[in-house]
Amino acid sequence: MLKGRHLIEPGDFTIEELEEIFELADRIIANQSDYIDLCKGKLLASLFYEPSTRTRFSFESAMMRLGGRVIGFDNPDNSSVSKGESLSDTMRVISGYTDIIVIRHPKEGTARLAGRAVPGTPIINAGDGGHEHPTQTLTDLLTIRHELGSLSGHTIGVCGDLLFGRTIHSLVKTLNRYPDNKFVFISPKELKMPAYFLSMLPEGSYIETDSLDAVIGDVDLLYMSRVQRERFVNEEEYLRLKDVYVLDKKKMAHARDDMIVLHPLPRVNEIAVEVDDDPRALYFKQARYGMYVRMALIAKLLGMA
Amino acid sequence: MINVSQIKKGIVIDHIEAGHGFRIYKELHLDQISDPVVLLTNVPSDKMGKKDMLKIETDVPIDMDVLGLIDPGVSINYVRDGAVTKKQKLTLPREVVGIMRCVNPRCITQTEQVDDIHFYLVNEEKRIYRCEYCDAYTTFNESR
Repeated sequence: MLKGRHLIEPGDFTIEELEEIFELADRIIANQSDYIDLCKGKLLASLFYEPSTRTRFSFESAMMRLGGRVIGFDNPDNSSVSKGESLSDTMRVISGYTDIIVIRHPKEGTARLAGRAVPGTPIINAGDGGHEHPTQTLTDLLTIRHELGSLSGHTIGVCGDLLFGRTIHSLVKTLNRYPDNKFVFISPKELKMPAYFLSMLPEGSYIETDSLDAVIGDVDLLYMSRVQRERFVNEEEYLRLKDVYVLDKKKMAHARDDMIVLHPLPRVNEIAVEVDDDPRALYFKQARYGMYVRMALIAKLLGMA
Repeated sequence: MINVSQIKKGIVIDHIEAGHGFRIYKELHLDQISDPVVLLTNVPSDKMGKKDMLKIETDVPIDMDVLGLIDPGVSINYVRDGAVTKKQKLTLPREVVGIMRCVNPRCITQTEQVDDIHFYLVNEEKRIYRCEYCDAYTTFNESR
């Protein structure tokens, strides 16, 4: 039963519960017009304590496409935070006005704390600093499920910043809950998967390499990620590492015809624009899947489907 | 050698690693007890070479989690009528509540008032705990 639950991290839901959400998303994709009034009369609070246009639009369009309405802010200076109100108090007040709350905050653990303050109102974590961003993981999973047919038995290449990449850690951790997935971690040695993270994966389930060329022909899915400037203390090191991997047509020529390329966006230089027209480049479609999976999630947490 | 029977009633915390005694005295707030408390340091020990000991001449509730976090190797002897009536060995607590603070500067508990933060043991050997909010790892020593 997902009604009334919070989504703080992907591990909050069982595989069966995730499947429930994906199945509803499938039905929405197939017959969107059947769902235009599903959440009519419901109100979603969109609390963005730091800017994130893409994620905010995705949530807000999801709610509106279900017939629900949205209130909120995308600048904490316009909220009572600027008057010194505690997060818990803000949440209690807003839960009295609305039916479901989406929160994004620069501090790690905020969504968990918000959820404790309002046990009866569903809270969705839309990103808490470098910690968790579970609806990005749901987006990735729905995309993979649709485009590769299932969430198990794949060889998944993840490329870029594997040291700090929140999205990648969350995706690998969740895909590891499904059977028979193998991972290929592609990164420069400075941005390798942390040892603690590797220790959580079954032995033999992954390989590490610094060469994208050497492995691109082996993967069913290549998940590219951005090297984030804000993670580096040393600007020189950032400049040296930011363009280590650029996926271009030449590299794509070595990939299989049925593989897919995903990216959480925004991209900088890591995927050349010339790749966008390749039918295997699905990152813009992936963003649309994100809206569908958020529609399904909202409807489930509100108990409307 | 120190004789436990010297106290009639109370608690003897034995086998404290040498050097930890004063910290335990402080963390258990034994300075606030009006009954006699004796801290012995660098006591010769066959097993440990040197050890610290605390003798508390009253029945006082001991915060076992705090004690376990500082020195899980200690043993606690409860004394009645000059004789040890119960011995207790400590282990590292699997979960602690309201004792540690998160050291991650980006954790929400650094800016919001949260009193009862749960920490979960992730590495017994290194005594590492995980914050329930941000999942960052910390040790008791770092968090005080």
